[in-house]
Amino acid sequence: MSVFNQSRQTVIRFIFAATFLIIVVRLFILQVASDKYKAQALDNAVYRKVIYPDRGIIFDRDKKPILNNTIIYDLTVTPYEVKNIDTTLLCSLLSIDTTELKDRIISAIIKNGRYRPSVFEGLLPIDVQAKLEENIWRFPGFTLVERPIRTYPYHAGAHILGDIGEVDTAIIRRSNNFYQMGDFVGRSGMEQYYESILMGKRGVQNLIKDNRNRIQGSWENGKYDTAAEAGRNLYTSLDIDLQQLAEKLMANKVGSVVAIDPKSGGILAMVSGPVIDPNDLTGTSRQKNYAKLALDVSAPLMNRATRGLYEPGSTFKPLGGLIALDVGVINAGFGVACSGAYYGCSKVIRCEHHNPGHAANLRLALANSCNSYFSQIYRMTVDNSRDHNTKKGYTRWEDYLNAFGWGEKLGIDLPNELPGNIPDTSLYNKVYRGQWNSCTNVTLGIGQDKMQVTPVQLANAMCIIANKGYFYTPHFVERIDNETKKDTILNKFRVKHSALTHIPDEAYEAIHAGMQDVVESGTARIAKIPGINICAKTGTAEKYTVLDGHRIKLQNNSMFVCFAPRENPKIAIAVAVENAGFGSTWAAPIASFLIEKYLTDSIRSEKMKDVERIANTNLTPSYLKRRQFIADSTRAYYYFNLKKDSSYIKKYLRSYRHHEEKQVEKRTVLRQIKKKETIAGTKPAKGINETSTSLLLYRKEQQPDDDSKIINAQISG
Amino acid sequence: MGYNSEKSRRIDGLVFWLYILLCCIGITSIFAATYREGDDIVRSFLSLKTDYSKQAAFFLISIVAGVAVLLMDSKLFTATANLWYAFGMLLLILVFPFHSNIKGTKSIIKFGGALQLQPIQLCILFANLALSKYLSRTETDFTKSRSQMIAAAIVIVPAILAILQSETGLALVYFSFFLVMFREGLPAAVLIIGFSFAILVVATLVVDPNVLAIVLTGIAALVIYLMRKQIKRHKSVLAGIIGIWVICVGIQRFAVPFIFDHVLQPYQVKRIYDTIGKDYVPKDAAAAEDIAKNSASKKNDGDYNVKQSKIAIGSGGLYGKGLLKGTQTRYSFVPEQRTDFIFCTIGEGFGFAGSMVFLGIYVILLFRIVTIAERQRSTFSRCYAYGVASVLFFHIAINLCMTIGLAPVIGIPLPFVSYGGLSLVTFSVMIFILLRLDKDRQMVLR
Repeated sequence: MSVFNQSRQTVIRFIFAATFLIIVVRLFILQVASDKYKAQALDNAVYRKVIYPDRGIIFDRDKKPILNNTIIYDLTVTPYEVKNIDTTLLCSLLSIDTTELKDRIISAIIKNGRYRPSVFEGLLPIDVQAKLEENIWRFPGFTLVERPIRTYPYHAGAHILGDIGEVDTAIIRRSNNFYQMGDFVGRSGMEQYYESILMGKRGVQNLIKDNRNRIQGSWENGKYDTAAEAGRNLYTSLDIDLQQLAEKLMANKVGSVVAIDPKSGGILAMVSGPVIDPNDLTGTSRQKNYAKLALDVSAPLMNRATRGLYEPGSTFKPLGGLIALDVGVINAGFGVACSGAYYGCSKVIRCEHHNPGHAANLRLALANSCNSYFSQIYRMTVDNSRDHNTKKGYTRWEDYLNAFGWGEKLGIDLPNELPGNIPDTSLYNKVYRGQWNSCTNVTLGIGQDKMQVTPVQLANAMCIIANKGYFYTPHFVERIDNETKKDTILNKFRVKHSALTHIPDEAYEAIHAGMQDVVESGTARIAKIPGINICAKTGTAEKYTVLDGHRIKLQNNSMFVCFAPRENPKIAIAVAVENAGFGSTWAAPIASFLIEKYLTDSIRSEKMKDVERIANTNLTPSYLKRRQFIADSTRAYYYFNLKKDSSYIKKYLRSYRHHEEKQVEKRTVLRQIKKKETIAGTKPAKGINETSTSLLLYRKEQQPDDDSKIINAQISG
Repeated sequence: MGYNSEKSRRIDGLVFWLYILLCCIGITSIFAATYREGDDIVRSFLSLKTDYSKQAAFFLISIVAGVAVLLMDSKLFTATANLWYAFGMLLLILVFPFHSNIKGTKSIIKFGGALQLQPIQLCILFANLALSKYLSRTETDFTKSRSQMIAAAIVIVPAILAILQSETGLALVYFSFFLVMFREGLPAAVLIIGFSFAILVVATLVVDPNVLAIVLTGIAALVIYLMRKQIKRHKSVLAGIIGIWVICVGIQRFAVPFIFDHVLQPYQVKRIYDTIGKDYVPKDAAAAEDIAKNSASKKNDGDYNVKQSKIAIGSGGLYGKGLLKGTQTRYSFVPEQRTDFIFCTIGEGFGFAGSMVFLGIYVILLFRIVTIAERQRSTFSRCYAYGVASVLFFHIAINLCMTIGLAPVIGIPLPFVSYGGLSLVTFSVMIFILLRLDKDRQMVLR
């Protein structure tokens, strides 16, 4: 019986063997022939945690930290660990109610899942953090997580130190994906310029995670981990006491102050008004303040020292004199008979002085700031016989100014510097179709026409005059911690530029003498400090603007440049105060206090009263208030149109110019409601069209107001 | 056959030690899959709270049961085979009113606490005994189709009950008994037709229906051309060919879609589609809901399981990562890894080399059992041994194919290795009965 069908055992064995062979082949393909699963297993289980190093610290010239790191805390929650917690205590500590607590935990679960921590409350204030720290054991599932932020112990230097913020897609693309979403990066100021130094080197920690993303420990005992390297510190030339004084003096003013050490090019102080406290833009306060500052029409976030464009006015005159001397069209004894105006061209240029002999030589002309004299020598420089050609002469004059660093970016160590504006011949050729001569732009000779410079360029020009021809590119950072040959970032600040040393010393001496007279007996007597020979030049520029369709005259821009001491220059300063009045009233005393503070380390007690007076004076131009209203209400109207919610514009209906405004806006509201009905009703497409056209029209009407900063200026000494 | 009578009184050492070895591998694998750093091993073994300690306990129970079996008279098994089968059927029917509701199955009875029983697993053993008993009866003439029908009914009835209890995977196991019947004289045509049917079903799923119909027609035309001489002589051959062609196209066109739409649950259909790598589009909202219900979260999705399982096994490489070093299995990326996906632990920990050794153990065991079957004097013992071999083979093949993505995910344990007390005890008793019968291989049991 058993031999029956015995051959079939072979078939059965064959079926077994064949099946196992298939499995073996499949296993071979999976395990040996393919590497893809190994990579996928790593992806599954290994979590690459990026360790962010501390950013570098920035010190001033006395090694005081002016930008430092501190730690604040986020409260995070891991929902699945939350069990039997004292909710009332937690709620009272955070001053929220229990429903809010539940809502937040639910939203954390929705956002990140039950097993991963999510931020419950970010950026805790110090007192709340301290109370939580004591009681945190009562709340399983809640943890305090460190978050480093930047802090500014001296509350100074917001514009120059800059801030950090999360990277955006453009930065990620530019960095070739070096940065990742969520990384923090310097977004302005030195934080941005020295990003590569300050950021340090990120470390990577390889951690094992389970299927619910819970961390289980380190992978391969940290064999492939890399340590984070802290960012390197920067040592700057900034004098934080001087900076604080300058910021105090510029409080409630629009303008800029730049102080440079002419010997090294190191910037001692740089202020841009309106002055802001950098601590307002870090940590907890950032969200609160940033939007407000960004929407302010006085542009408090802009660094006016490198981005503010000012007509130099009379402060250009020392340069004009130097160029004329070097070109050889005048000598120091050259004089002009000025009777109160320059009649050389068809348009008459007024001069402040009538008395004969006030421009008998260069020194007197500079001390008295004679417009006739400098108009005359500008024309002589451009039209000089050597060049035979006005345009050639103008190009030569322009080259001189470029050598002074005007009309080109200086290359200082802050991002987004503006080059200012020194027009070249092609511009005039275009505007006047080639038909122009030295009379066309004669006001260039007194720092007007299309000439615009930034305060830092103005201060740098003073350095060149003080140094008799050479300069170093203005900069903040003198030294990097552990500097090596690879750090080329500072090299360009150590090159001595001898751009104008070919001008003979006598010419410089003549200019110095004239500038000293400005303080001793001229327009800037208020800046005089006993025992210190200051060379200076004031400037005043008339300003106009268009507001509500009217061209109105604004207060003059108050300009001042100086360096001191004359014999051995240690500080060069440029001050610009917008719409403040004469150069001698506001700008000159500000510069004088800075010189005194820097050179003698203190300010005479009898002058302290003046310091306080200037610091407490609000010189914010009044027209900005109206402009702010226009900007705010325009924006509100835009959102009102967008969201169809009249609460956006309510505020503006009640307050300003009450009765007039109300009528106009009321009509708009009614019209809008009608449109809304159309949208809800039968012809939606038409309704939308109407809205968008009316919006376009409206915005068109507003545009002239926004871009109407048509500024015209005339001069006086 | 000239066996030394004294030697034949001893149990087969190879099968016994391979069995012990596999059980130990099983406990180790469960340990590797569930051990967490810092666990106190000794204490957890004694406390019986962890899966590996429970498995070890069940292993001891199995040994005790096995010794009991070895002490029994081998005639007892033939005598009580039908009784056991009847008992099993009773249990299976009792499941319907008394089953407890646990994750998608209706086949488990709970007796309070951790004790639970899945009769359908036990019935594999009983069906094996009953089938052997039936085939070994002197009055059974297995060449008659009536006997074949009865034998088939013995295994198909529990399979149908299993399907009714939503245990399609275990129902398939019962079809492995057709290998036993094949050995006992079931016409090869039955197996071939069954196999062809399976291929046709798979082809229906993989190949576009119209293309498949054209291919089938092409094959029929080719066969007619090749057999044109026979057809000239006997017209009935042509009718036969055309008949087969009609049946094939009918299956492909109507039967398979009918089964998929009306017999199988939508989530089962989805798993089958997952295995062959095609997207299954639920035909209506109810079907979609069923899929959603049976794959409640992403983690329970058959597709996810197989993907993670393949990653685990694939990442083992040639020599593996070592015991307790596998990241996939240690950190619960593979769901059900202590039960159905236990092979992942071996594949990841010991790589291709380890897997080969592991497969080798199974192959040796299976071939040894076939050898044992062939040396039996009594038909009962032979049928029983073939039954054991077929059931083990089917479990191993389907389970391994499942973990490496060659078969759909149907919950079938890996014999002796997967976590599960009842399955371990059932398989152990099965092996020990085999050893007991083999001890008396010179006897003719009826």
